[in-house]
Formats: sequence, structure tokens, C-alpha cells
Amino acid sequence: MKNQSEKTAVGMFKSSTILAFVTLVCVFLLAGTWKLTADKIAQQHQQAVLNSLNRILPVTSYDNLILNDYIEISAPGFFKHSNPVRVYRARKQEQPVSLVLQFTTSEGYNGDIDLLVNIDTNGIIVGVQVTKHRETPGLGDDIDSRRSDWISDFTGHSLNSPDSKGWTVKRNGGYFDQFTGATISPRAVVKAVRRALEYEATNRQRLYQLPSEAPEHPQTDNYHGVVQ
Amino acid sequence: MSTSLDTAPGWREILTNGVWHNNAGLVQLLGLCPLLAVSNTMVNALGLGLATLLTLVVCNLLVSLLRGIIRPEIRIPLFVLILASVVTVIELAMEAWLYELFHILGIFIPLIVTNCAIIGRAEAFASRNRPLAAALDGFATGLGFALVLLLLGTARELLGSGTLMQDAELLFGSMGKSLSVVVIPDYRGFLLAVLPPGAFIILGLLVAGKNAMQARSAKLLLANQPASE
Repeated sequence: MKNQSEKTAVGMFKSSTILAFVTLVCVFLLAGTWKLTADKIAQQHQQAVLNSLNRILPVTSYDNLILNDYIEISAPGFFKHSNPVRVYRARKQEQPVSLVLQFTTSEGYNGDIDLLVNIDTNGIIVGVQVTKHRETPGLGDDIDSRRSDWISDFTGHSLNSPDSKGWTVKRNGGYFDQFTGATISPRAVVKAVRRALEYEATNRQRLYQLPSEAPEHPQTDNYHGVVQ
Repeated sequence: MSTSLDTAPGWREILTNGVWHNNAGLVQLLGLCPLLAVSNTMVNALGLGLATLLTLVVCNLLVSLLRGIIRPEIRIPLFVLILASVVTVIELAMEAWLYELFHILGIFIPLIVTNCAIIGRAEAFASRNRPLAAALDGFATGLGFALVLLLLGTARELLGSGTLMQDAELLFGSMGKSLSVVVIPDYRGFLLAVLPPGAFIILGLLVAGKNAMQARSAKLLLANQPASE
């Protein structure tokens, strides 16, 4: 009887030692891989953010390090979404050029749509991009610039052109096209862009002047950031 | 653990088992969640297929190497530990070198951990066989899984959007651009094939096709040797 329990104890000790040893090896393996890839991942992440910004922000229009020059504002009442709005500030020789608002709307057909809207100092749209969405393939996903160039229709427009009645889709008496079989996705984008214009118009001065919130070496410590 | 070296299956048997007779996707119907979710395009299917294949080979190899010290009562936690570590290493490597594809495949890369086909192979094969055979078994099972994924991805992309290897540069870099082919120009698209129901229907057809082929060859075999059994 005693022998039996002694055997069990030895077995348990052996088992837990093996388990602990393998765990330790795995921990070192993971730590090593992380160390090897962390810099590369941070760099890839920055590049991805920069790529999506540069799709709507002409590279020659600004000369500041734009990834180091942003602020985050929380205006869930205005944007009707709990995600904070990130505002990148493009400047040339210290002079304001345009603001890129990165925000989310929840009014898509299939949930959240992430947007980038670039607005110059006169409140005119330089470019709009949808960076993330789950709209129906073949119907609502024409809001994506890889599927159609519908999104480029916004360029050149502002709060006065079209007037406030025009800031919706044609079906609702507005200026912007909807798609065959899909009204909700384009309407959500039009509404969201208009909201961005309104916010920018009332806060322009403040948005350019607030001190940047970017850490000294941005993105190196949160490579899993949600910007995309 | 018993290491039945004398009865260890030959490499030919291991390969045909993993790819055909015991195919993870078509016969065992394991790992269906990623199989159905990520097979909407060929590139997505290839990306996940290769990641799963690599996981299976490395995992089987490690489990087989450790089979001498693995005790039965701790084998499941050990398998899970090894599997999770391998997948995390692959996940980090993909994020570092295949950043865009990694973000398209999203949650399905870490979810390779939950693919029961992998832990199944560790338990049923790798923990009882020599490292080389175990690695080959992982390769065969992974190949079988990846082929089904690729077949589904090809069918869905072709039917759904009339293209093949769209966005190939995500996987092969700038050289991949030339791999993309528009098979049906000005195709209006067939939504059902792109959406999840299309995945179920096409997978069902694949399973049926495989069963029909097997039934036919069994019949032929029977006709050739009527006396046996």
C-alpha cells in the first residue's frame, strides 16, 4: 500500500518536472522568436499605416513625419462610435496642409466600416479611403477602392458642395450614387464623411494646434495596434 | 509508449493515407472552420494551407522526438503546449514577413491551434513513431488538408469572381502579380460561391466526388476478384 502511494508520488514528480522543463523550453523559444521579429513587425506596421495614408495624401504635399504627428480625440456622441478618432496632421514647412481623420462608423450593412478622410485647410476633401469593412462581396463592397472607384467621387467636395440636402445617396434625394442592390453601405460612407467634414470645420484650429500624442518612437511597443 | 517499429507503416502508405484515404478535410471532416472560412480565394487558401502544413510537420516532429519522455497522464497538455508554441512562432514570422496576408487571414492563423486534425495526428501517430515517419505523416496530412483548401479556393474564386490567383503578390511578393489571371472578363460575380453557404455546398460536392470515385474503384476491385471474401 505504502509502496503504491510512493510510486504515485514519484510518478507525479517526474510528470511535473517534464511538464515544467518543456514549458521552459517553449518560453525561451517564444521569447527568442519575439525578439527576432519585433522590430520587423513594428516596421511593417508603420509601413502599412503609411501606405494607407499615402493613398489619399499626395506624398509631395507634406514634409513632416506624419506618423509622429497625430492626436486622438474621443467624440462618441458626434461620431456615434466608441472608437477614438485619430487625426494625422500633414504640414509643409511647419504650415498646416491637411488633416487625415481615421475613424469608424457602425452604420454599415454588416457592422463597422473604418475610414480615412483627408481634408485640406479650406474644408475641401482631398481623398477618402475605406480601410476595413465587412460589406457584402459583390454588392456593398464597391465602397472599397480595390473594387470600384466610387470612393474617389468625394474628392473636391466640401460641406457647401453639395449643400446639406445633397449629402446623402441619390435614392434619398442626395448627390452621391448608390449601387445596384446596395444602398446602405454607400449611404453609411456618405454620412460618415459628412460627419468628418463637420467635425473638422468646427475644430480646425484646435486640431492643428494640439500637441502631438505620438510616443517618441511610435508603434515599437504596440505592434498589435488596430490601425489598418 | 509502445514504439511499434516492426509494424511502422511505409512512406507510401503514410502519404496515401494522409492525402487520400484518411484526408483531414474530406474523410475525417476535421478543421472545417478554417477550411470553410478562408477558402474564398486561392491565395487565402494557399496561405492557410501552407501554414497548417508547416505546423503539422514541426509539431509531429517535436512530439515524436519527445515521445521517450512523454508520460501518458501529461501527454495532452504537452501536445497543446507544443502546438501552441509552434503556431505562435509561425504567427510572428508571418506577421513579420507576410504582413498583409497575415492580416487578411486574421484570427485563423492563431486558430490553427484548435484544428483537431493536428492534435489528432500527434496522439494517433507522432507519439508512437520515429521522427522521420512522424514528420512525413505531418507532411502528408498537411498536404491533404492544403489540397482540399486549394481546391475549394479555386472553385470559389472562379465561380464567385471569375479570377484565379487574385492578389497573388500578398503571398509571392511583386513577382506574384503576373500569376493573377482574369478567366472570365466582365464577370458579374456569383455571390453564393463567395459566401459561407457556397463553401458548404462545394465541400459537399467534393466529399461526394471522392466517395463516388472510391465506390467505383471498389466495384472494379470486386469485379476483378469475385472469389475473395
